[in-house]
Amino acid sequence: MQPGLYHILFISTGLFFIGAYGFFTRKNLITMLMSIELILNSVNLNFIAFNKYLWPNQMDGLFFTLFIIAIAAAEAAVAIAIIINLYRNHQSIDVDDAEELKY
Amino acid sequence: MNEFLTLMKSELLMTLLIFLLLFVKLGKGVKNETLLPLIQVLLLLNLIAGFFFNKTGNLFGDMYFTTPLMAFQKSLLNLAAYLISLLCSGWLKKTKHLPEFFMLMFSAMLGMFLLISSGNLLMFYLSLELATIPVAAMANFDLERKTSSEAAMKMILSSAFSSGILLFGISLLYGATGTIHFSQMAGLLDNSPLQILAFVFLFTAFAFKLSIVPFHLWTADVYEGSPIAATSFLSVISKGAIAFVFISTLYRVFGAMQDTWYIMLVILSIITMVIGNLFAIRQQNIKRFLAFSSIAQVGFILVGISEGGAAGLASVVYFVLIYIFSNLAAFGVASVISDHCGKENINDYKGLYKTNPFLSWMMALALFSLAGIPPTAGFFGKFFLLTAGGAKAEYWYITVAALNMIVSLYYYLRVVRAIFMDKNEQPIEKIGISPTVKMAFILCGTAIVCIGLFGKLYDYILSLI
Repeated sequence: MQPGLYHILFISTGLFFIGAYGFFTRKNLITMLMSIELILNSVNLNFIAFNKYLWPNQMDGLFFTLFIIAIAAAEAAVAIAIIINLYRNHQSIDVDDAEELKY
Repeated sequence: MNEFLTLMKSELLMTLLIFLLLFVKLGKGVKNETLLPLIQVLLLLNLIAGFFFNKTGNLFGDMYFTTPLMAFQKSLLNLAAYLISLLCSGWLKKTKHLPEFFMLMFSAMLGMFLLISSGNLLMFYLSLELATIPVAAMANFDLERKTSSEAAMKMILSSAFSSGILLFGISLLYGATGTIHFSQMAGLLDNSPLQILAFVFLFTAFAFKLSIVPFHLWTADVYEGSPIAATSFLSVISKGAIAFVFISTLYRVFGAMQDTWYIMLVILSIITMVIGNLFAIRQQNIKRFLAFSSIAQVGFILVGISEGGAAGLASVVYFVLIYIFSNLAAFGVASVISDHCGKENINDYKGLYKTNPFLSWMMALALFSLAGIPPTAGFFGKFFLLTAGGAKAEYWYITVAALNMIVSLYYYLRVVRAIFMDKNEQPIEKIGISPTVKMAFILCGTAIVCIGLFGKLYDYILSLI
């Protein structure tokens, strides 16, 4: 059986919600960052699937995917720099330990 | 070539400034005392240059386009940047990495300029990231302070998550229409369920960036933890730019879905105003207080946006202009005081009038303007927003907004009472204000008093549309 558009959309939506679930429940900052990567990858799958099955004449979706990968790397670089600094100040990368700002 | 230079003028000037600072950083160390006035002069020149040669046109196959209104919006952001560089000069002089701070700030502003002019979803996403990632680094600028790193962590995580949501919406929109160009997409929208779902995702991402209420939780923490120059950047420039983009995206691209987003805007703006006001009442820290007040102000901006035509657009631009002056004056006073003795609580402000009458009057003027009391400009800003929102004849909606203005009066006056009436054994001692800061304060004060009386300005903005 050939995989169709709906199969891929099913997987990508699943990935999106797994990422969102991970982002809301995990306490470790690196794991939260990984959850965001899952979300971005689900978007990449979406773009490629739409490009291949629905609009095969243009390359818009593929180019968008390339840019998302590059930006995700940049975002992760800044986020990890911030997390390292947080570790220096708090001796932990657990969100529960960063609790100076509340209410 | 010539067209390229004039149309992309503000972006090119920003890029030039970034590279200039990069070379300053590479060369021998320049003292902050010499570098800061130079940056201020450059920002002033940049602001003045924004008023010349503004044309309509597009570049790069419709990816970038500009109109005189967009040039005016960019000039507003330039003005705010100039004021921040003046008002926060106390903190800026003390920071160890001054060129880096301005480099991050200018890259974020470059992102915002491109964001305002973007004509394509790819361009839109790239410039949105350019506008948010450097701001997170700016929030972390007090490297040794625990609260600063916590604020930066909250900012980067929430903005990364919201751009994930934005991208998911964009991908569905691409699937539904087959194009990423705004101009082609506007004609292809027909309110099918998939498009509405995509639109809801997009709207959520905007709500995150604008801190509309169910998505506002990062705002207060980030505002409190960041250094005050970054806070004022976030609350004025970032918010203003995203509001401009939000409104132009809604009107230009999603005009066909007006019935859908009108309901969303009404519900969200009411929640935003109510929650922002109620939480502002119980705040003790002045930055946190201003954060919740800015959330409430966004609720009023949404009232103006809900109109859906030229009046809504003009009233939002006009309000942001006034909001720049009033909010920056309030942040400027907080910055001068926190710089001098590190005090940021409203209780510490008790008896400020006895020792620092100038700062007290500036703060009172700024808060009156934010609350919307008639002779100040803030009243006219809110007046035009509510008039625009009333165009649909939903008068209960305008009544709710007006009632919220009364609630907001209570907490703004609470600060004014602490400054002018409450007794304090040890008030903050007399603070010497440097001439540049004083000049910026006087500029803000005159603008707050005079803009409302100078009625031509609103007509001018309306004529640009």
